[in-house]
Amino acid sequence: MSSLAGQWNYFLVIALMMIGFYAVIARGNMVKKMVGLTIFQTSVFMLYISMGKVANGTAPILTGEAQTLYANPLPHVLILTAIVVGVATTAVGYALIIRVYESYGTIEDDDLIKMIEAEENAEARDA
Amino acid sequence: MMQHLPVLQVLLPLLGAPLAALLRGRDMAWGLALLLTGAAFLISAVLFSLQYQADGPLIYDLGGWPAPLGIVYVIDAASALVLPVVSGLAFVATIAARRLVEAEIDARDHALFYAAWLLTIAGMLGQVTTGDAFNIFVFLEISSLSAYALVAMGAGRDRRALPAAFNYLILGTVGATFYVIGLGLLYMLTGTLNLMDLSERLAEVESARAAFTALAFIALGLFLKMALFPLHFWLVPAYAYAPSAVSALMAATATKVSVYVLIRLMFGVFGVEFNGLADAIGLLILTLGIAGAFAGTLAAILETDLKKLFAQSSIAQLGYMAIGIGAMSLTGLAAAFIHLFNHALMKGALFLAIGAIAAQVGRASMQSIEGAGRQIPITMTAILVGGLALIGVPLTAGFISKVYLVRALLEQNFWLLAGLTFISSALALAYVWKIIEAAWLKERPAGAPVLLETPAHYVPAWLMVLATIGFGIFAGPLVDAAYAAAAVFIGEGR
Amino acid sequence: MGVDMLIIALLGLPLLASALVLLLHDRPNLRDGQALLIGLVTAACAIQLYGTPNGETVTLLSLAAGLDISFTPEPLGKLFALVAGVLWPVATLYTIGYMRGAGEKNHTRFMFFYAIAIHAAMGIALSGNLLTLFVFYEILTFSTYPLVTHKGTAEAMQAGRVYLGILVASSVVFLLFGILSVWVLTGTLDFESGGILAGHIDPFYVPFLLGLFAFGIGKAALMPLHRWLPAAMVAPTPVSALLHAVAVVKAGVFTVLKVAVYIFGIDFLRETGSSDWLVWVASFSILAASVVAMSKTNLKARLAYSTVSQLGYIVLGAALATSLAASGAAMHIAAHAAGKITLFFCAGAIYVAHHLTDIKDMNGLGRVMPVTYTAFAFGALSIIGVPPLAGAWSKVMLMGGALDNGHMLVLGVLMVSSLLNLVYLGEIVLRGFFAKPTHGLKSQAVQEAPLYMLLPLCLTALMSVVLFFAVDMFILDFGG
Repeated sequence: MSSLAGQWNYFLVIALMMIGFYAVIARGNMVKKMVGLTIFQTSVFMLYISMGKVANGTAPILTGEAQTLYANPLPHVLILTAIVVGVATTAVGYALIIRVYESYGTIEDDDLIKMIEAEENAEARDA
Repeated sequence: MMQHLPVLQVLLPLLGAPLAALLRGRDMAWGLALLLTGAAFLISAVLFSLQYQADGPLIYDLGGWPAPLGIVYVIDAASALVLPVVSGLAFVATIAARRLVEAEIDARDHALFYAAWLLTIAGMLGQVTTGDAFNIFVFLEISSLSAYALVAMGAGRDRRALPAAFNYLILGTVGATFYVIGLGLLYMLTGTLNLMDLSERLAEVESARAAFTALAFIALGLFLKMALFPLHFWLVPAYAYAPSAVSALMAATATKVSVYVLIRLMFGVFGVEFNGLADAIGLLILTLGIAGAFAGTLAAILETDLKKLFAQSSIAQLGYMAIGIGAMSLTGLAAAFIHLFNHALMKGALFLAIGAIAAQVGRASMQSIEGAGRQIPITMTAILVGGLALIGVPLTAGFISKVYLVRALLEQNFWLLAGLTFISSALALAYVWKIIEAAWLKERPAGAPVLLETPAHYVPAWLMVLATIGFGIFAGPLVDAAYAAAAVFIGEGR
Repeated sequence: MGVDMLIIALLGLPLLASALVLLLHDRPNLRDGQALLIGLVTAACAIQLYGTPNGETVTLLSLAAGLDISFTPEPLGKLFALVAGVLWPVATLYTIGYMRGAGEKNHTRFMFFYAIAIHAAMGIALSGNLLTLFVFYEILTFSTYPLVTHKGTAEAMQAGRVYLGILVASSVVFLLFGILSVWVLTGTLDFESGGILAGHIDPFYVPFLLGLFAFGIGKAALMPLHRWLPAAMVAPTPVSALLHAVAVVKAGVFTVLKVAVYIFGIDFLRETGSSDWLVWVASFSILAASVVAMSKTNLKARLAYSTVSQLGYIVLGAALATSLAASGAAMHIAAHAAGKITLFFCAGAIYVAHHLTDIKDMNGLGRVMPVTYTAFAFGALSIIGVPPLAGAWSKVMLMGGALDNGHMLVLGVLMVSSLLNLVYLGEIVLRGFFAKPTHGLKSQAVQEAPLYMLLPLCLTALMSVVLFFAVDMFILDFGG
């Protein structure tokens, strides 16, 4: 598997990873950050699963047939766990976004920073 | 029963969490948390002595599946040292939590608070006990997710807790994901996830480049989690706006566990002799460490909010731990472990004491403690001793940490770094003394709220203060244990 | 009493006194009386310890492997303990008089930290290794801080910041660095006769290591780390007397001397020539501080800079790296202590009796306070180095040490310094006795300070004379 074409899955992973990471860092909207984070995490899932694929291997589910070639089940297991973690993270993240929106009225980073700084300056003046 | 202790260490708080969520009665959730953290502390103490007697790692196979097929829990000299720190601090923080949570969090949320509390503690304990790399990730996320929620619960007092928690979530998840990427690369190279197996198989791998990439991702992820400069920006707002009990717990334990995981992966899996690891990454970590020490200390000098001040101070202290790691020697690693232990004690004491003040006045600032030395002398003395320990005054634990850290540097001929470490240490005097002056050498302004102190307020802090002094005077056992822990990774392992 | 018991007594008695001060806070006479009594017992113990031959090391506890808190009596340490022990009750008597005479507040807090400071000084004197010395050195810094800021004014707080800042920063950045370097290089921190560094360090680096100690021991007030000393003048005079004669500065120069003799080793220093730079720095400190002293008209400020200069003598003695010079330095610890404390006692007496602080206002005061001024004259002569006062011997020994080592220029420095001392101290005495009195003092009858204050300053003045004749008892042999 040393040919470039044979490693197209990894290129896909990298592309998704960078898209997701870029969104997390460069986008100021909290929802967009979360979306980027999800894409980022998903790219990692794909990394694991695609690396576990064995040529001509089928899905790693026991069917009773003998001598079937299975893909590596371990990455699948790991990613199931990771997906759960990802879901939980997404849930907490969006819950926080809702709370921030209720409290501040905005979910844009720039506006939030301005409001927070205003609060901090007010505090520093009192202190 | 005894042979199941390693798993009980994690299971008790873990199972207790959903239980706590159901207990809606007054203080019942707290009571359960207290019980379980106390049990966890007891277990960790027993495990420590068992491991010490066994003179070798205790290995527990989950579900009876032996390594490397199944997930194993490993109690060796390193985890045996870190477990009591985490569980002990968790226990003391839980004691203090009752009053602090009552004051700061809406009564309807208490049960859920303690559920998240137990989850984050379970996650931390799990990270330390487990011998499987992916299991570390799972517990890391368990701990982190509940931590994000806990931080956000500070919104009742200060709504800035919400964006702080969100930032923490984003950066923490990015860090964890980096870790997983690195782990994936490692798995591709070796085909195993068991830590001990990994280190064996890694030695035979020819492709150093892939291994280095894996290390880079893993290290980067963990740097984020341990708030190593310059990836530390999430820490200060998170600690500052979280509820006081959460600040205390996290300041004392969360980043320490990440330091431990870093040591475990970097030294336990890759190893110091790994292909120039020492040269490449050691210097980087040393630089980041000393930069963090200065950044944190200087920022702390400029702070007026006490929680932020000590959060910045934590950045500096984590820098010192990084320096110990970066020295890539037995003494350096031992110094890192010593400081891991001592800092937990010192910062635990400080944040608990500050928490007692914050719970009363809402925001512990320099102004709010003017003249406090006379009103709440016991609490302020706790802060004084904690501060002196941070500077590294002899007879406190901080001094011991500093001595071994510098010794590690001098042994490797890092004279300049040693000098810089001392300078940053001396700078800490500036922010500690600001607090002392405010508390004792100024008069309490008329109209300022009267501060109270009851045993519930200061006893947990003083437990940690006494430990700080105790381990400053009777440091022998700690130093020995730290060297034993370091020896697991460098030189003859145990 | 066995040596062990004496060591415990010297360390424990001041602590006992401090505890009793707290307990008896509402019974001032009892509180101060017991401090005085315990001080006298401590003095007796110190005298007895001085007479006993060297004892074994007493280890109090072990912080960790190789890090012990232990005490070893040896000649230099016993001398310092003697100085501190004898001058403590004298200073306590004086303090009682001053605090009541000058109407100072917070006596209990004052006496409490005073006693702790003496405890710390004893710890430094008797320390058996660098770690123990460092621990007590820091205790001394922190226990004297409340004394410096005692008055609570903004000026006092600022002085306290300078005090703490310089002393802690220098001790953490340089001294601890030096100590840990010694530990890593030699594997031990113990003081040994003849030094422990020879053979463990490339001679090229010795001057730098020496520098770490010279500038790390901020209490020795070596220029340019001397600023804390004049800043601390804002404290009540008993504190200045304590700082400048008994505890703090003497602890500083004692440490320098002890490190030079027992860590570096006199022979090692001379052979490697690594302390030559320190000879020049100390000489500069001696002269520059004397010049500044001449420009000050505030009495305490002048005395402060005089102290900086005199401390330079002791550092010079350590740097000259001969046995004679080191003995001279040790002698000067005692001589300067007796002389300077007399001068400060007089300054305080003048303040309490007439509320004067500036020399220009003190014309003709000698006729109004003859006893005080006579004692002042004694102290001044000792500092200038005139026989039959103790300062003469130490100066002679230092000059001898300079000759031994071929440092001719140092002879000049010492002589010029004596001249300068004559000028700035002599001025005070001459103004007092021979100048026309300023307006407030004309035709005033003799009005001295209270007896509580007069007695101590006469005692210490006499000590300067006694030390001169008893010099044999104070010559310490450092070999080489």
